[in-house]
Amino acid sequence: MNRALAALAALALLTLPFWLASAYHLHVVIMAGIFTILALSLNVLLGYTGQLSLGHAAFFGIGAYTSSLLALKLEWSFWLGLPAAAVAAGLAGWAIGRLALKLRGAYFVLVTISFAGVISLVSVNWMELTNGPLGLPGVPAPELPGLSFRTKPAYYYLVLLAAAGAYLVCHRLVHSRVGRAFLALRENEALAESVGVDPTRTLVVAAVVSAALAGVAGSLYAHYTRFVSPEVFLFSYTVTMVIMVVAGGKGTLAGPVVGAVLFTVLPEALREAMPWQWQMLAYGVLLVLLVFFLPRGIVPALQAWRR
Amino acid sequence: MNGLVLGGTYALLGIGLTLIFGLMNLVNFAHGEFYTLGAYATFAALALGGLNFFAAVAAAIVVGAVAGALCERVLLRPLRGESIDTTMLVMIGLWIALQNAELLGWGGVAKSIPHPFPTAPIVLGPVGIAPLRLFVVVTALALIAASWLLIQRTRLGCAMRATFQDRETAALMGVRIGRIHTATFAFGSGLAAAAGALLGPIFLAYPSMGDLAALKAFSVVILGGLGNLPGATLGGLLLGIAEELGAGYVSSGYRDAVGFVIIILVLLLRPSGLFARSERIG
Repeated sequence: MNRALAALAALALLTLPFWLASAYHLHVVIMAGIFTILALSLNVLLGYTGQLSLGHAAFFGIGAYTSSLLALKLEWSFWLGLPAAAVAAGLAGWAIGRLALKLRGAYFVLVTISFAGVISLVSVNWMELTNGPLGLPGVPAPELPGLSFRTKPAYYYLVLLAAAGAYLVCHRLVHSRVGRAFLALRENEALAESVGVDPTRTLVVAAVVSAALAGVAGSLYAHYTRFVSPEVFLFSYTVTMVIMVVAGGKGTLAGPVVGAVLFTVLPEALREAMPWQWQMLAYGVLLVLLVFFLPRGIVPALQAWRR
Repeated sequence: MNGLVLGGTYALLGIGLTLIFGLMNLVNFAHGEFYTLGAYATFAALALGGLNFFAAVAAAIVVGAVAGALCERVLLRPLRGESIDTTMLVMIGLWIALQNAELLGWGGVAKSIPHPFPTAPIVLGPVGIAPLRLFVVVTALALIAASWLLIQRTRLGCAMRATFQDRETAALMGVRIGRIHTATFAFGSGLAAAAGALLGPIFLAYPSMGDLAALKAFSVVILGGLGNLPGATLGGLLLGIAEELGAGYVSSGYRDAVGFVIIILVLLLRPSGLFARSERIG
């Protein structure tokens, strides 16, 4: 039964561009895919190690700017720019992790917010490199010999592949030795240390993987919209990611995926009925309500209900 | 001198935030929204209520304190004993909700708050200062002094200090922790609203003004050490002056980066704050 459902879902995902005729709907699905990668990446930190990063938009933005700048200034292809974006964001994650994860908790939140703030100011003020608030237009779409990702269906498959890859990376990570160390640290740090887990080093691994995944999402986003501006650093992106992870179920693999799809499709569906500011207001209220009434998220609640 | 104007209000913000952190073990991400509330409350009291300027500032402080008390009772009381991450998420939710409510209520256009002071500067020897700014500095310093007196000299302050040092023992001694939490949050929010009411007429009131204020408050608190009251006072003044110098000598585009850089540097070099000797308030 479960296997049949999974096969059906996979088939639906693989054939989606053929039956989802409207380009607008496909666009929403592509954004859902990019946000799935972001939510998965935040979940590595927030869900599995319990450390909240409120600077995730910075890693997303670093990825977006890295591969856009490499493409525009040095004419690197997307296929080199994407890993470069992951490396650049991962390096930033490493630096932030080394700096802040010795202290953890509230300090980590503050350092990540500050980091995002500095990076965002740099992107606005460093006119020569980033063109400031005007942004960089004309980021090229990815190309392969005989295949252009200029069209939405082609890009959809690219994002689907990347999201599946991100899911696999997270799956492998949390089921590895390091992943078990994450959980041990989240549940009881002193006990984890007593069996030989080095907290700072373990958490830095989580920060690097998380940041690198966010960088991949940023690169995919920039080459999809073909434009990058300081807006990629907007705090509302980080808020959206946090809501997705908390609502879907932090510390589960399916949770962020469910959260990301839900919170990309829902705002678009409600766009007519509810202007953007009302939606942000609703996000805030929703976050408070979730903590009170569904603290573990949708996926764990569903699992408990089925049993 | 401008550094002192900013510094005084930063200290007000920082004292409120550091008290709330130290006493309630709560990272109050909604702190900036009480600052915004203070500015808008002043504007509303002047434009709609027809109060005079000084009464409007006082009214704004009261509004901030009452709103703070309400938030504590409704949102935080049921979550007492939950982990710091849980309450942090609630405060982030409150922050986003309040900010967008303000955006919807007041619109995105910045409001300028009228004030009765003449614009010609008072010249004192080598420095000139606008009377409004002088009023802000004096009021901020007076409020800081009042907070010190409240904490050091009153029964409530004594109970707050006791709760800060050891919650269980304080509770055993008959301190009602719930009430102290409400009072602390109301007090901290009132100070934040005061900062908003004071800076509102100098700059403008707009819905996202609280974000920067919250950032400044966090830098101040980290600079002084989390939960350290004299640290927050000194940290606030220091940050105000550092920003003024940074904007003057480096680049005004990076003025607001000073706070971020301070957070990162202090956490890197001296994570318990610059003035970390005594681990208690007062």
